[in-house]
Formats: sequence, C-alpha cells, structure tokens
Amino acid sequence: MKALVSVKRAVDYNVRIQVKPDGSGVVTDGVKHSMNPFDEIAMEEAVRLKEKGVISEIIAVTIGGQKNEETLRTALAFGATRAIHVKEDGEIQPLTAARALAAVFKKESADILLCGKQAIDDDANQTGQMTAALLDIAQATFASKVDIADGKATVIREVDAGLETLEIDLPAVITADLRLNEPRYLKLPDIMKAKRVQIEATNLGDLGVEAAPAIKVTKTAPPPARSKGVMVKTVDELAAMLKQKGLV
Amino acid sequence: MTTLPGAPHPYLREEHELYRSQLRRFVQKECDPHIEAWEQAGELPRALQLKAAEAGVLGIGFPEEFGGTGDDDPFYQTIMAEELARSGSGGLIASLVSHRIGSPPIAAHGTPEQKDRFLRPVLDGSKIAALAITEPGGGSDVANLRTTARLDGDHYIVNGSKTFITSGMRADFITVAVRTGGSGMGGVSLLVVEAGTPGFTRSPLQKMGWWCSDTATLYFQDCRVPVANRIGEEHRGFKAIMENFNNERLMLSAQAWGFGQVCYEEALAYARERQTFGQPLIARQVIRHKLTDMKMKLDAIKAQLDLLCWQITQGHMPVAEICLLKNLSTGALEWIAGEAVQIFGGAGYLRGAKVERIFRETKVLSIGGGATEIMKDLASRQLGY
Ligand SMILES: Cc1cc2nc3c(=O)[nH]c(=O)nc-3n(C[C@H](O)[C@H](O)[C@H](O)COP(=O)(O)OP(=O)(O)OC[C@H]3O[C@@H](n4cnc5c(N)ncnc54)[C@H](O)[C@@H]3O)c2cc1C
Ligand SMILES: Cc1cc2nc3c(=O)[nH]c(=O)nc-3n(C[C@H](O)[C@H](O)[C@H](O)COP(=O)(O)OP(=O)(O)OC[C@H]3O[C@@H](n4cnc5c(N)ncnc54)[C@H](O)[C@@H]3O)c2cc1C
Repeated sequence: MKALVSVKRAVDYNVRIQVKPDGSGVVTDGVKHSMNPFDEIAMEEAVRLKEKGVISEIIAVTIGGQKNEETLRTALAFGATRAIHVKEDGEIQPLTAARALAAVFKKESADILLCGKQAIDDDANQTGQMTAALLDIAQATFASKVDIADGKATVIREVDAGLETLEIDLPAVITADLRLNEPRYLKLPDIMKAKRVQIEATNLGDLGVEAAPAIKVTKTAPPPARSKGVMVKTVDELAAMLKQKGLV
Repeated sequence: MTTLPGAPHPYLREEHELYRSQLRRFVQKECDPHIEAWEQAGELPRALQLKAAEAGVLGIGFPEEFGGTGDDDPFYQTIMAEELARSGSGGLIASLVSHRIGSPPIAAHGTPEQKDRFLRPVLDGSKIAALAITEPGGGSDVANLRTTARLDGDHYIVNGSKTFITSGMRADFITVAVRTGGSGMGGVSLLVVEAGTPGFTRSPLQKMGWWCSDTATLYFQDCRVPVANRIGEEHRGFKAIMENFNNERLMLSAQAWGFGQVCYEEALAYARERQTFGQPLIARQVIRHKLTDMKMKLDAIKAQLDLLCWQITQGHMPVAEICLLKNLSTGALEWIAGEAVQIFGGAGYLRGAKVERIFRETKVLSIGGGATEIMKDLASRQLGY
C-alpha cells in the first residue's frame, strides 16, 4: 500500500506572529519556518503504519517555493521513502493545494492521503476535505486513531460531541488531529541521511493544475490587545467583581 | 540555510536547525515543567536519561557503532548546550550530560570491549557516567593529583578521594584520574570505577546552585579496580584529560551564552511589561542601554563561539582561544545575569524567576572546567608568552 502525506511549510509554532504594518499579511521574512505540526502528526502516523507493515511506501508532497525543500528533508528524516516537490512561487490557497494533491494522488495510484487537519498559519482546515471531494473518495477528518485492514480504515474522529468511529473504504483521505500520536524526535543520523535523497520536482503546470486564487485577502489585522487580568483569591471575590463590573 | 531564525549564518545549515528544533521540543516538553521538582529532589530522575537518549541528546559526537551519531561536527554539541540552557537550569545540563566529560576518554582511548561495557549503556540512557579529576587538595593543579593506584596482579588498589564530582551520587561508571606512577603529569592514568566496587563510597554536597545535579565527594579505600578498566596506556592519562578539557570548555562557553540569552530575553520581556512611574521600564534609556549592552556581549561571544567551532571542523584546535572564550562568556554571564536580576527588581530575587536561578549559577561556570585565572595562564602559555 502506498501513502501520500502532504507537508506544508509554515511559520514555526514558537514564533510570535507579527502583522505587517500595512496590513497586507504577516511578517514571514527572516522568520523561522518548519513543518506544520499537524503534518508532523500525519507523517508520524504514516511511519508507524509502515513500521507495522501496513503500508510499504510513503511519499511526502509539498507545494511551494524553493524553501519548501527543507520541509521535505524533514519528512525524509521522519522516514518518507520518496519526496515530491510541486514547485510554485505564488500564493497557494487550499483549493490549489487540493488540486495538486489530487493530481499527484492519481498519478501515483496511492491508497491513502494523510494530511494535517489544518495548518497553523491560516487554520483553513479545507485541503484534506477538498482533495477527497476532487478525487471522489472517502474521507475521515480529525482522526485520533487509525486502524487499517482489509482495504478499510477504521478511524476514530474527534468531534464536538465526543468521539465518532467511522469505517471507510480505501482509497481515502485521513486528516490528523492533535491526539493521533506524538511525533518522534528526529535523530541526527536520519537528518543526515535525508540530505542525500533525491527530491522529485514537478510543478502545477505539469500536473495540469491552474493556480487560480479563489479567495482575496483584503486586510490582515492583529487581534485587539487584551487588558491585563486580575487575580482573585476566592469565588466570593470573583462574584463581587463580576457584579461590580455589571457582568452578572 | 533558509529556515534559520533571523539573519543568515555562515556556518549553520538547515540540518543544524532541524536538530535544534528537536532539542527545543525536548526541553519544553520533558524538562521545563519538572525543573523545580528536580531542584527540590536534588537530582534528576533516571527516566529522563532514557528520554534524552530517545531525543538524540546523548549520542552526539560519539561513535555510531556504540550508539552515537558518528559525526564530529562540534556545532551539534554547542547547539545541544545552547538548547538545554533554555531551561534556565545549569544543573540540568551538568548532570544530564555528565557523560560529555566522563565518556570521551573512553570513546577516544578505550578498547572495543571497554566501549561496549562503559559507553554503549551510557549512550542508550540506561547508565550514567561521570568524570572525577578534582580532589579536596586541589582542582586547578591537575598534574599534582594525589589519589594513588598501586598495581597488584590484575588489579589496581586505589586510595584517595575526589570532590565536586557532578552526577557523583548516581553515576554507574566514573572515569577517575589516579596516580599510577611518579610525580607530575607523567604519572597519571585513567581508571573506570564502577558503582558498587568494594572500597568505593560517596557522600552528597550542598551547593549554591545546580541543585538538581547530584554533586559528590568520592572516597576510595583499598578499592580494587581491574586493570581491564584502565583507559589507554598506563601513565598516559594526563594528555587524555587535557584533550577532554577543550571540548568541555567549548560546551561551557555555549552554555554561558545560552543562559545569557535567556536572561536577555526574560529581562526584555519584563521591561516591556513592568510599569513604574506610569511608564514601562523599556521606555527608560537606562534600561534600554542595559539591554543593548547584554545583546552586544552575547553577539560577540556567539560570533567567536561559532568561529571556533568552524575552525575545529577544519581540523584546527584553537586551545588558547577556547580558554579565552570560556573567560569571555562566563564573565559576561556574571554581568548579564546580575543586570537581568536588577531589571526584575525585587521579583528577580525571588525563587521561581529564571534569572534568579541563573544568577546563582554563574559562578560555577567561572570556576568549573578550569577557573578564570587558570584559563588565562594556560592561554598565555599556549600563546608562547
Ligand atoms: C558544582 C561543581 C561541579 C563540578 N564538577 C566536577 C566534576 O564533575 N569533575 C571534576 O573533576 N571536577 C568538578 N568540579 C571541580 C572544578 O573543576 C574545580 O572546582 C576547579 O577546577 C577549581 O578547582 P578548586 O575548586 O580546587 O580550586 P583551586 O584550585 O583551589 O583554586 C582556587 C582559586 O584560586 C585560583 N588559583 C589556583 N591556582 C592559581 C594560580 N597558580 N595562579 C592564580 N590563581 C590560582 C583559581 O583560579 C581559583 O579561583 C566541579 C566544581 C563545582 C563547583
Ligand atoms: C528580600 C526583599 C525584602 C524586602 N523587604 C521589604 C520590606 O520589608 N518592606 C517593603 O516595603 N519593601 C521590601 N522590599 C521591596 C523593595 O524595596 C523593592 O523590591 C524595591 O524598592 C524595588 O522595587 P520593585 O521590586 O518593585 O522594582 P521596580 O520598581 O519594578 O524596579 C525594577 C527595576 O527597574 C528600575 N527602575 C524602576 N523605575 C525606573 C525608572 N523610572 N528609571 C530607571 N529605572 C527604573 C529599578 O531600579 C529596578 O532595577 C523587599 C525586597 C526584597 C527583594
């Protein structure tokens, strides 16, 4: 079985995001980037499925500019067997990413697409769902447990009401939630080995995908600054303060 | 080199940064939440050793066939020290990686059998290693150490004591410098003393800082150590000790920089937050100037640290410069930590603030691994004065 894992390059989770003064977006120049944490979870799941012998090949796919090569190196250090770089310097919106992933999925005749449930930069939470729709295959989003056997995937999903168990036929798209697993620490020898793997390059044109942005961002603004909180010691004190402020 | 935070760097590559991010996660997840409890307990839990092995902290720079990473790029070691320093706990670094000073002589001069016994289980986190050079009679004057080891058949009989030994209470394997021959540097050998050897006892020491690191005095009374535990040739231990010091001093410099960086970041954040006389502290020129002076010193130290690491990758060992960098970095840290506490005001004097702990843990960096005065002497001799 062949798994495709989508890996996005995003501003590192340790970085304090700053909005550009002109409101045209957030500052990304000279800012540390790394693999979207939910994609790390998807990668980890793929590697575990491979270690269990469920899948034999893991292809990591990224869409973006030259710097995305590092994201693929991270995926290779995790244990991806191949890495595909869909080169695109322009903006990549969820629908564009989904089209590209669907095209690679078809070309590779993959059985599973593992994605993060969302990326921590735009939090769109759309790419996995859109890809499944474009491919017209089953999907299970927000996975917190995945079992694969006999051409089916049993997926426990985290939903608002609690947990939901789905059984879906493969091929399918599965998106990883936070509690699916805890990604391993990448070992230096694996990081070094990943450097020597040849990355396969392609682009949107070759895949027959048009990068037509469907969403226009008009303005980016930071959330309003919160005023400093007050520590209260007792419930009575809390109640008194809420009353005083006319909140209850 | 594009994932590098901030400005481009002449020596670091993306794999260095990827390794750094693994360690950052290890420290945030496995260390930060527990440091206070470990400080109170006076030692680190053994389970942390296994987690550190898993996270790739222990194996850096040790041979691959015994569980190490096999590389000899010193940047990985300094990155490790810098990232562990983000915890704000010197005791964590000192004790978690005490094998960084205890095990290199075994890796460099041990037989394959010795590496299998004394190195492999340390790198996989199941055993703890320490180094014992310093004696109650003196630490700076290594060549005149007094612990003796007299040959008796296939054993050495060891008598004497060692003090200030990091991980000394917990260590399973201790690389001990002993006198097997005549006086001076020509009579020194290295023996691995194993926990539980009859005639070997230890007692804990209470310290100004590094509380989570178990520091001990070790006593040897007619302690029989197999000749098979001698690392390298007899009477040739002094050179191995000296080689070991270069690496230790570089690591201490990286740590000092890391702690300085934490002080700077903490003080900057506090200065932005804290209001006095109706304005944030950062609005005061005197406070901003303290912060720029901190950054100026840190930048200079980092530039030299990275340059020396790069020179080592080129096969050059800058012994004098390493001594001087140790002095520059640890001296700067004494000043930076003091100013960080000052910016915190009374809050910097209270337990719980990172700057408070770092302030208490500056002096040990200026003394351990070769005290400031000794570093100047060694550097001047190296420079042919
Ligand atoms: C927390 C802690 C952990 C340690 N861990 C270890 C360990 O794991 N293993 C180990 O072997 N050691 C360890 N040490 C010992 C450390 O290496 C020594 O403290 C250090 O080498 C200094 O030796 P000393 O304390 O005996 O001081 P001394 O040698 O007595 O020196 C005292 C002072 O006099 C100065 N001085 C000495 N000689 C001269 C001279 N000729 N000219 C001018 N000034 C001089 C020194 O610079 C120093 O300031 C540790 C120390 C501490 C505090
Ligand atoms: C152990 C201990 C015991 C104490 N005991 C008592 C006690 O018994 N009674 C009591 O009333 N208080 C006590 N104090 C409090 C002590 O007097 C204050 O800590 C001190 O006045 C500093 O105030 P602060 O901590 O709020 O620091 P801050 O006022 O917040 O100052 C923080 C730093 O910013 C600097 N700074 C502040 N404003 C400016 C400015 N305008 N320009 C430039 N720099 C500025 C300060 O010099 C300081 O370095 C105690 C403190 C400690 C640590």
